[in-house]
Amino acid sequence: MKKIITLNINGDDYDLAIKPTDFLVDIVRDTVGLTGTKKGCNIGDCGACTVLVDGKPILSCLTLAMSVVGKKVKTIEGVANGPELDTVQKAFIDKGAIQCGFCTPGMILSTTALLERNPSPTEEEIKHGLAGNICRCTGYVKIIDAVKHAAEVKTKEGSDVR
Amino acid sequence: MSDRKFSVIGTDQVRKEAPDKARGEAIYADDIRLPRMLHGRIKRSDYAHARIISIDTSAAEALPGVKAVVVGSEAPQRYGIVPQAPTETAMAIDKVRYHGEPIAAVAATDPDIAEKALDLIEVEYEPLPVYVNPHDAIAEGAVSLHEDNKYGNIAYQARQEFGEVDKALEESHLVIEKTFKTSYVNHVFMEPHSAVARFDDNGDLRMWSSTQVPHYLHTMLSKVMDMPMAKIHVTVPNVGGGFGGKGEASNNELIAALLSRKARRPVKVIYSRREVFLQHRGRHPIEMKIRMGVDKEGYLTAIDYDGLMDGGAYGAWGIIILFYTAAMLHLPYKIKNVRFFGRRIYTNKPTCGPMRGLGGVQPRFALESMMDELAIKLGMSPYELKLKNAIDKKHVTVSGVHVRHSEYKKCLEEVVSESGYLNKHGKLPFGKGVGLAGGYYISGTAYTLYMSYKPHSTALIRLDSESGVTLQCGATDIGQGSNMVLAMMCAEKLGLPYESVHVISGDTKNAPFDLGSFASRVTVAAGSAVCEAADKLIEQILPIAGVALGCRADQLAVGNGEIYSIYEKEIRMPFWEAVEKYIAAHGPLSATGSYTPPRRTGDFKGGNVGHSPTYGFTAHVAEVDIDTETGEIKVVNYNEAGDCGQPINPLSVEGQVEGSIVMAMGQALYEEIKMTPDGRLMNPNLHDYKVPTMRDIPNIKTLAVDSYDEDSPFGAKEAGEGPIQPTIPAILNAIYDAIGVRFTEMPVTPEKVLAALEAKGQE
Repeated sequence: MKKIITLNINGDDYDLAIKPTDFLVDIVRDTVGLTGTKKGCNIGDCGACTVLVDGKPILSCLTLAMSVVGKKVKTIEGVANGPELDTVQKAFIDKGAIQCGFCTPGMILSTTALLERNPSPTEEEIKHGLAGNICRCTGYVKIIDAVKHAAEVKTKEGSDVR
Repeated sequence: MSDRKFSVIGTDQVRKEAPDKARGEAIYADDIRLPRMLHGRIKRSDYAHARIISIDTSAAEALPGVKAVVVGSEAPQRYGIVPQAPTETAMAIDKVRYHGEPIAAVAATDPDIAEKALDLIEVEYEPLPVYVNPHDAIAEGAVSLHEDNKYGNIAYQARQEFGEVDKALEESHLVIEKTFKTSYVNHVFMEPHSAVARFDDNGDLRMWSSTQVPHYLHTMLSKVMDMPMAKIHVTVPNVGGGFGGKGEASNNELIAALLSRKARRPVKVIYSRREVFLQHRGRHPIEMKIRMGVDKEGYLTAIDYDGLMDGGAYGAWGIIILFYTAAMLHLPYKIKNVRFFGRRIYTNKPTCGPMRGLGGVQPRFALESMMDELAIKLGMSPYELKLKNAIDKKHVTVSGVHVRHSEYKKCLEEVVSESGYLNKHGKLPFGKGVGLAGGYYISGTAYTLYMSYKPHSTALIRLDSESGVTLQCGATDIGQGSNMVLAMMCAEKLGLPYESVHVISGDTKNAPFDLGSFASRVTVAAGSAVCEAADKLIEQILPIAGVALGCRADQLAVGNGEIYSIYEKEIRMPFWEAVEKYIAAHGPLSATGSYTPPRRTGDFKGGNVGHSPTYGFTAHVAEVDIDTETGEIKVVNYNEAGDCGQPINPLSVEGQVEGSIVMAMGQALYEEIKMTPDGRLMNPNLHDYKVPTMRDIPNIKTLAVDSYDEDSPFGAKEAGEGPIQPTIPAILNAIYDAIGVRFTEMPVTPEKVLAALEAKGQE
């Protein structure tokens, strides 16, 4: 039996008919149509389906859609500020951290959450923060470069604003 | 590379599709949604080896929401990447040969309904003996997986001999003999195989798929669907990695097409991660028995190789890989006496196939380990021994392989100097060690499985004063960045900015023929085709510009968006103005280019394989730190020096090399598919099959040695498969340096380290 719920995704409310057993990844991809969230394993091992719920990274393939009612969901499509790419997105592009791009949405969201809780992470902290996101193309080196670069730019931007 | 001036080549350009990927707006096959699209799911076998007695699909067909059910007998045409010996069908017909082999498929309005329908399909089996080990499969009395195969479960067997191996070994100062075993590993690209098929009322098939080889897929679809190629159109959207695993038609593609034709609705068939492991095509486990000799000075005398390859259930790329393991014995060292004996065996497991650096990784592991051991036994540095034997700038192997350009010695020299290898090898405290290994790979292949003499790569460039530069090329970007490389070459040739080149690739109707993305062939082959087309365009434009400028065409050049006199600076005009004039006078402006590699062959079985227009080289030093209490191996530092010719985009080259190193590190230390004796996969998921995460990686430093292959487009060679070759032996040689144990099997897990240390303590 389906239920009508409202999910807030990237700041917009969506009224959705869902089954209690539906996972967030499928609702986001198939019902809402935001296909930027990727499915690499469907059992919580690869991190490609990472989204943010109230700012915290979660695996949307293990999260029931019902459980995020009343919370703020951010997917990769909600990271940029309209035409303006986010600092993390720009860093991934410029530092060569994107090859096939399939892990990229999850990586960028995990990075966003990491820099939110720790604006200037050490290399070890970056590795710890992104250990749940698998990439098979890059060997991670350029991703670490991108995260460091994004942290620097964000810190600089923050101090400029102040 | 130093004295050449380029404006685009050699710069760190950003990939054009990267922003879409960063925004989550890049479309992959599973992101495609068509009106009335159905979801296909595959019924898979419950036995690893059995006869199919009957299949009853009636209950599945009756389930509301099910729109089509297909079984193997509806598509009996056999296919395979090797056209002379096709072994597979879209689904099993009268026999299954591995656990999880497709038997039937369902298309339904909803994936859940399709899954439910699979449970309603009744299959009756007559079980047969299961062989998960090649020795068992070729034992006396074993049942043949393929009854029409002439040699039981030996799929292929071949011998090659060059020089006088026995005599050379007899006269050697030192000979060692060892047996090495490599593991059963998967590519683990992040995007599972995905395909969408649609038939229209003209009987035309449209397919979008995550393939590396749209043109091969095109031919296989034609064969299996029994329809003319002209009625099939394959398009490749963004692909989430391939590494060889998407290098031939996969069952989901053929099944999507079959279901779509039957239902007359679009059908999408995507794989779960488990199904990716079942489709497999990962690296062949090989048991290699090798003898290798040296003289007193450390010059290699002979290699005697006997390799038993575990091929899995079907032929696939098998025979090609078998002969690649033969070819890979001959480089990057000078060696006059080589004997090869290889067999590829059918076993009841998911089929092995092409995986990054195919044919090279297994023998490289063994040979580089043995050279390390020979050097140490001679009291010589492994570096000295490898440098002594390394090929020079040009080389012809005893098997007749021509290397037109090599900077392998430079790779060895620079990696040793950068890593401080000589100050560390044999000198670090117990538990810490360094290891050196070298390797090489083909930059494309001279032989095509396509069985046609047409060019291997073609390109069409259109110049239009309204739509700009459109480069159409069948080469396929699977995430490695080939669109960017080709656009950069095109831009450099035309003297225009990289951003101005629009690439249409990976499409069998909208782009001209290309064999596909494998064998590290795209940069050299498709790059050459693009350069030829661009040169022709310039030849067409310059006379028009010459007329406009009142100057001889042969005194004009292109650059910075202009056409200018090489003698007088003030004689110049905008490039696009000349294009406009050309079109006004002659009509549309376009040119094609093509590339066919030099055809070489040897007068022996497998003599076609291993020839390439040119070769990339690389040398690695790994530094490990082993916890002797827990057995845990940590690779702490990693240096690479590579000869990829002129790097087209240095940032991308680094990305290829770093990705190769980490992938091979996974095979060396963590990765292995485990099976039950009855042929089921125990770990077909990313929880129990361990690939490296960010926490596992060493501090990696790569460098490109000064190199330029004059006969290649912009001096470039491969960079994506050579660098995976030496990593396993570099790490295992470092482990030997650290604890004095030479591992001959992988992965080297903490349990194996502890067991080895214990055994060593007892000695």
